[in-house]
Amino acid sequence: MAKQMPDLEEYKYGFRDEHKAIFQSGKGLTEEIVRTISEMKGEPEWMLKFRLKSLEQFRKMEMPKWGGNMDDLDFEEIQYYVKPSEKQGKTWEEVPEEIKATFDKLGIPEAEQKFLAGVSAQYESEVVYHSMQEELTKQGVIFSDTDSAIREYPEIFKEYFGTVIPPADNKFAALNSAVWSGGSFIYVPKGVQCTVPLQAYFRINSENMGQFERTLIIADEGSSVHYVEGCTAPVYSTNSLHSAVVEIIVKKDARVRYTTIQNWAPNIYNLVTKRAVAEENATMEWVDGNIGSKLTMKYPAVVLKGRGAKGMVLSIAVAGKGQHQDAGAKMIHLAPDTSSTIVSKSISKHGGKVTYRGLASFGRNAEGAKANIKCDTLIMDDQSTSDTIPYNEIMNDNITLEHEATVSKVSEDQLFYLMSRGLSDAEATQMIVMGFIEPFTKELPMEYAVEMNRLIKMEMEGSIG
Amino acid sequence: MATEFEIRGLKSSIEGKEILKGIDLNIKGGEVHAIMGPNGTGKSTLASALMGHPKYEVTDGTVTLNGEDVLEMAVDERARAGLFLAMQYPSEITGVTNADFLRSAINARREEGNEISLIKFIRQMEKKMKELEMNPEFMHRYLNEGFSGGEKKRNEILQMMLLEPKLVILDEIDSGLDIDALRIVAEGVNAMRAEDRGFLIITHYQRLLNYITPDHVHVMMQGRIVKSGGPELAQRLEAEGYDWVKEELGIVDETVGQA
Repeated sequence: MAKQMPDLEEYKYGFRDEHKAIFQSGKGLTEEIVRTISEMKGEPEWMLKFRLKSLEQFRKMEMPKWGGNMDDLDFEEIQYYVKPSEKQGKTWEEVPEEIKATFDKLGIPEAEQKFLAGVSAQYESEVVYHSMQEELTKQGVIFSDTDSAIREYPEIFKEYFGTVIPPADNKFAALNSAVWSGGSFIYVPKGVQCTVPLQAYFRINSENMGQFERTLIIADEGSSVHYVEGCTAPVYSTNSLHSAVVEIIVKKDARVRYTTIQNWAPNIYNLVTKRAVAEENATMEWVDGNIGSKLTMKYPAVVLKGRGAKGMVLSIAVAGKGQHQDAGAKMIHLAPDTSSTIVSKSISKHGGKVTYRGLASFGRNAEGAKANIKCDTLIMDDQSTSDTIPYNEIMNDNITLEHEATVSKVSEDQLFYLMSRGLSDAEATQMIVMGFIEPFTKELPMEYAVEMNRLIKMEMEGSIG
Repeated sequence: MATEFEIRGLKSSIEGKEILKGIDLNIKGGEVHAIMGPNGTGKSTLASALMGHPKYEVTDGTVTLNGEDVLEMAVDERARAGLFLAMQYPSEITGVTNADFLRSAINARREEGNEISLIKFIRQMEKKMKELEMNPEFMHRYLNEGFSGGEKKRNEILQMMLLEPKLVILDEIDSGLDIDALRIVAEGVNAMRAEDRGFLIITHYQRLLNYITPDHVHVMMQGRIVKSGGPELAQRLEAEGYDWVKEELGIVDETVGQA
């Protein structure tokens, strides 16, 4: 039994490259920077106004008084806009060498060849590479970076942008609305089924960088799409900020699945607002994996607006030393016969902290609506903690709400049982952890499931002393 | 090498309370030993201590398997050295299928790069499951989760058959089994009897021994083996109970509780 395991708590994406950006905003947030971003992007006037209004909104709003500790998040120490290259590549050869090397190391071009229908790669503030299979283009599917979408699809863009998450929604949504850059824009026409996933990859390279991508997905009636995103960043001594806004509109009978694997370095504040609106008989599924970061506050939401709409959030959160995952889900039932499922799996180890924070809301019209919430936590040692904070709002008597929460430890008997069959302590622990998150990994595309298992194995190595 | 399993003067405590008070036992390959005794006499403690359950502290004595010091080994090393314990209460592991678990266990015994092929493994597992009259769906069920008592026991025997250990300890494998299941489990054990494999069968009742004929029968009381004999000893215990043994040896309370 000489199976070599990687080093404890190693963050394998922690490398950085020496790429020199062509424009850097410098630290701090000013109106001038917001104007510069808008100008460099050649945006229409309405977007500049939207940004400036959002900046004002951001300044007016207080920091949230709940959730994680953000004491050492200094907005003046963050660099809000870094433009890495002059233009976007359509082939990897057009991408600057150092940046391409980074994505090579992350395995993106390889994955693209193997199993993706479209790929977008964002480096710092801008999307540096973008491609999509011709087949989908022919069917009228739009998959572009968000900046290009304003120019190329102005009508549809303006119709939906900011409608699901207005700038005043929360302080970080306001910040994103002021300084957003990059992200994905997807439009799937009526009845078109995208059978192969579209993927975006977000990479932060600079220290003190703020990445504020803005993603907007519209699935028109009866269409379906699976969008996958991955995120990493180098390990620096000071903090960086990732504050995205993701808006999704799922029209009648359409289906969207949004899969995220966020594997940030342990000094990233990951403060993200993700929300979808599901119309009649539409289905919205968030599959949300959170590994790493210093603090994650993220609660993917589905507004179930049309009769029979379905929402699902399936999430895992892993918190190690010095990390806090404050994550959960929100299901807002506004129409009859809507249904939602939340499955949250959290693991805390080495003094990490996981909080499940969730909302199940039923409006007056949510006759016959159903919600099922299941939160399971696995605590690996005595230093680690977990909390479950569910909120329920119920305005209709005829609804069903089920909530189940479990907290468990890896039991001595389970370990003994597996070890008595010849598995080492580490293998046995891994097996128990893998089993615990299996409801999540089985929902991932196979290649991601393999990668996810590998990441978790790495995270778990040495968890039991 | 012919299997030789030796226990000498084994003492073991749980939370500071001594349960095993000096066990001596020698099991050779090909032999089946049965340990019988009323509840609370230390039988299951012996099984768990031999396998190395962390709750049971060994305070004295030696255990060797083919000359190797078992007590020095971690639980997984004992398993890989050839020890197998079919447990009375097997743990449930959610999210891990029976097949994945068993394949990992087999591969844990093999060199890296020499793992069993998936096809070969599936064939072996299917064959053994058929012998144990197990529903093929149990291959893909989560390990012991939602299994009935009898299904868990069969699954323990399935693991034994696939892992091919040198020394098998069966801890109350007959408890909770109906007569058909008992027969199937016993046939599984009998099929595994071999020159290089020893068995230690811990049981409360003699009925299992109607199906698996032991070479040696030991009675355990107060944390010790107090009487040993051949298969006829088991039959007498079945017919007359344990009182005559207690009387013969002057034992009032056979348990280790108040000793």
